[in-house]
Amino acid sequence: MKYMLMMHTPGSGPFQIASWPANDIKAHIAFMMDFAKKLSAAGELAGAEGLAGPEQAKRVRAGEHGEPITDGVFPEAKEFLAGYWIVDVDTPERAYAIAAEASAAPGPGGAPLNLTIEVRQVMSGPPPDWKPDA
Amino acid sequence: MRPALDHAAQDLLRDLAPAVLGTLLRRYRDFAGCEDAVQEALIAAASQWPVQGVPDRPKGWLVTVATRRLTDQVRADTARRLREQLVVSLVPADEQIAFAADAEGVDERDETLDLYFTCCHPALSPASQVALTLRAVGGLTTAEIARAFLVPEATMAQRLSRAKQAIKAAGQGFPTPAPHDRRARLPAVLHVIYLIFSEGYAASSGDQVMRVELTAEAIRVARQLTLLLPEEAEVMGLLALMLLTDARRAARTGANGELIPLDEQDRSTWDRAAIREGEHLLQQALARGAAGPYQIQAAIAALHDEAPDTDETDWQQILVLYGLLRRMNDGPMVRLSEAIALAMVEGPAAGLAALDGLASDPRLTHHHRLDAARGHLLERAGDRHSAIAHFRRAAQRTTSTPERHYLLLHAARLGEAETCS
Repeated sequence: MKYMLMMHTPGSGPFQIASWPANDIKAHIAFMMDFAKKLSAAGELAGAEGLAGPEQAKRVRAGEHGEPITDGVFPEAKEFLAGYWIVDVDTPERAYAIAAEASAAPGPGGAPLNLTIEVRQVMSGPPPDWKPDA
Repeated sequence: MRPALDHAAQDLLRDLAPAVLGTLLRRYRDFAGCEDAVQEALIAAASQWPVQGVPDRPKGWLVTVATRRLTDQVRADTARRLREQLVVSLVPADEQIAFAADAEGVDERDETLDLYFTCCHPALSPASQVALTLRAVGGLTTAEIARAFLVPEATMAQRLSRAKQAIKAAGQGFPTPAPHDRRARLPAVLHVIYLIFSEGYAASSGDQVMRVELTAEAIRVARQLTLLLPEEAEVMGLLALMLLTDARRAARTGANGELIPLDEQDRSTWDRAAIREGEHLLQQALARGAAGPYQIQAAIAALHDEAPDTDETDWQQILVLYGLLRRMNDGPMVRLSEAIALAMVEGPAAGLAALDGLASDPRLTHHHRLDAARGHLLERAGDRHSAIAHFRRAAQRTTSTPERHYLLLHAARLGEAETCS
């Protein structure tokens, strides 16, 4: 089963990594890299991407003639998606355990951040015994 | 497990790929069909050579197998109609039995060159030019190219197939340009090779700062091109530029993949052999007079490579070279680099004034490099507080993870130094 683990970061406040001391930033980066390496070595990592800063984010919808209408920037956003992992695991419990580990990434002074990680199962193809006209 | 091809045979195979495709194209014209057939022949060689040994005439072997695949393909395509006639007309009578595949045609060099030009066809997007060049000229498989660009194989296969359709639609299945046209199209080829190198060196996406495969591939393709066009100084200049830049690879990243800027690199880990080769090539190229933009950039890279540290770098000379480059190839990034060189020669205030002049350029206004450059010059000027603000803003704006990490850390260190002092 595949799960997407989405890491949301608050748009302001003490979670802003730019305001941390250098050693805490270093520890956080090392934790994240180690985390990805561990998942990959365990054969559980199906994909992961970090997203560029929210100041470049746009909301887009189609106009009357299908043309893109963009809306943005959103500096006032309370939370934004910072990145995601897709893990391939046997049980939902394992996905939650991985999410909890990511949530406890170290912040200022090495204290765990306990960020919110949204866990969603990724839709799969039809089951092997599925027949359209059965 | 099946035995794998050793490195020497692998290199041989990929060095031969463009010449084999060139030969096939001269005979059959159909770019998409020939390209597929050569790819299949390369795959066949990779599985058969380790068992049977490398054939005496490897190029002839590849041409024979690829031709067989191509005629099979044509047969299958035209199974219901015209089958016999078409195959017969496609394959010249004397070659249906056996043909001298290794016979070196007088225009073999041009055939291979035309292949480079076709892959860098102006009707293609840069991403397609890059992918097609890596496959048709570099002999990489679709899976390898997909891995290098971190996209699914099906996506890369589709990009390649669309690229070939675009070439067909442009009505130039395989153009045979006149010699002066060839020269006019050379910059496009050099640009694509440099794109491949830059993609590998700077990794526009993902966590890895460098993907060694792509930089090595660009250097390999450029090396082949210098053999095909020994008289073109800019080809040599490009090869020199890539060697002189790639020489710093080991020093450019730390243990955790974080970016280390030029002024903080451990210069003892720079690859001296690559630097010597690059400088030698550059001297040969410059001796021909009328230096082009790649030679100028190579000369700048060489000045950095020769210097024991930032302070002892010949910034005066670098400033002159950036001025030359700007007159040939004016662009915001060249002006940005020129402003930094100016700061190193005349002091940070002069550099900052030059950057102010660039800020109104819409290509730079929101670019993280402008903020990063301002940060560095403000730091040199002793204004830590403003420098930190610019480094932080650059960190928010960059789309490269290692660069973001570097900028965040640098800002944090400056902040700590400020509190201590």
